[in-house]
Amino acid sequence: MALINIKTREVQIKIVYYGPGRGGKTTNLEYINQTYQDRIKTEMVSLKTHDDRTLFFDFLPFDVGQIKGFDVTIQLYTVPGQVKYNATRKLVLRGVDGIVFVADVQKGQRKKNIESLNQLYENLETYNLDLFEMPLVMQYNKIDLKQSNIPVLSSQTLQKDLNGLLRVPAFEASALSGGNVILTLKKIISTTLASIQDQLF
Amino acid sequence: MFTQSQLDAIDNVIQNDLIAAGLDHVIFMDMGGNAIAKHDNGKSYLDSTAFAALAAGNYAAVDAMAKLVGESEFSLLFHKGKKLSIHFSKVTEDTLLISMFNKDISLGLVRLKVNEAIKEINGILAKG
Repeated sequence: MALINIKTREVQIKIVYYGPGRGGKTTNLEYINQTYQDRIKTEMVSLKTHDDRTLFFDFLPFDVGQIKGFDVTIQLYTVPGQVKYNATRKLVLRGVDGIVFVADVQKGQRKKNIESLNQLYENLETYNLDLFEMPLVMQYNKIDLKQSNIPVLSSQTLQKDLNGLLRVPAFEASALSGGNVILTLKKIISTTLASIQDQLF
Repeated sequence: MFTQSQLDAIDNVIQNDLIAAGLDHVIFMDMGGNAIAKHDNGKSYLDSTAFAALAAGNYAAVDAMAKLVGESEFSLLFHKGKKLSIHFSKVTEDTLLISMFNKDISLGLVRLKVNEAIKEINGILAKG
């Protein structure tokens, strides 16, 4: 739940990038870090394994300015995508306000995307949170692979697999080159802010 | 959400019981990694935003480990450094108190002061 400090007039919002391993969650944050360096006061924190896989989380806080006299800070987190790290994924989801689900569009990843989304639903349930009530944006990442003739899933398939019931905003993206990374970020921020508006004002 | 008077009272407790006793930095934070109140002795800089995120992760990981070995929790968490040490204490189910102190102050005193502060903060939170 967003932390609203009425004394310091600060609002801290936690947005988690969730999805299967090697899907591009960390790459999203790295691109945001490069693009908005002027708004980011601190270094991006990454807890990685020796082979550069996320071990615990990446963390990137940045200011989005003032809303109704409150300084709003968005805290972006990723989870480790590897299957074995589900206990860690659960920990990172604690206090989440909004989620970007980063799916991998490669054909071979279809099952992993679905499994990861199902596990997200279950993990949120442990905090009595409902994925259907949660601010959520879908990102279909690595769409650039189509140009390298690597087989990718069609948007219709991805929408049917992952967004048929949820019906949330979805973007095709290329985190490596930055395509639609910022659009995804803006969408999740606006959706999350709208959801906490009642608490704020 | 905390009220203005609760936040004021918590600030007073941290300032008067902990910073005045010689602690370098104190952060009262939620388990989601958000700093609620932060105080320091004005002598050193700490990136408290990143620190709170890491502290929440650290505490949550140790808490999960406790459950795996059949403990309900490890209520005391302490990291000792050459110059600076960090003490973690659970205040409520949702909040933590992190205290950083240098080698001039003993762990025993820190534990005593932190326990007193936690009791006071719990009293403040119970009042609503």
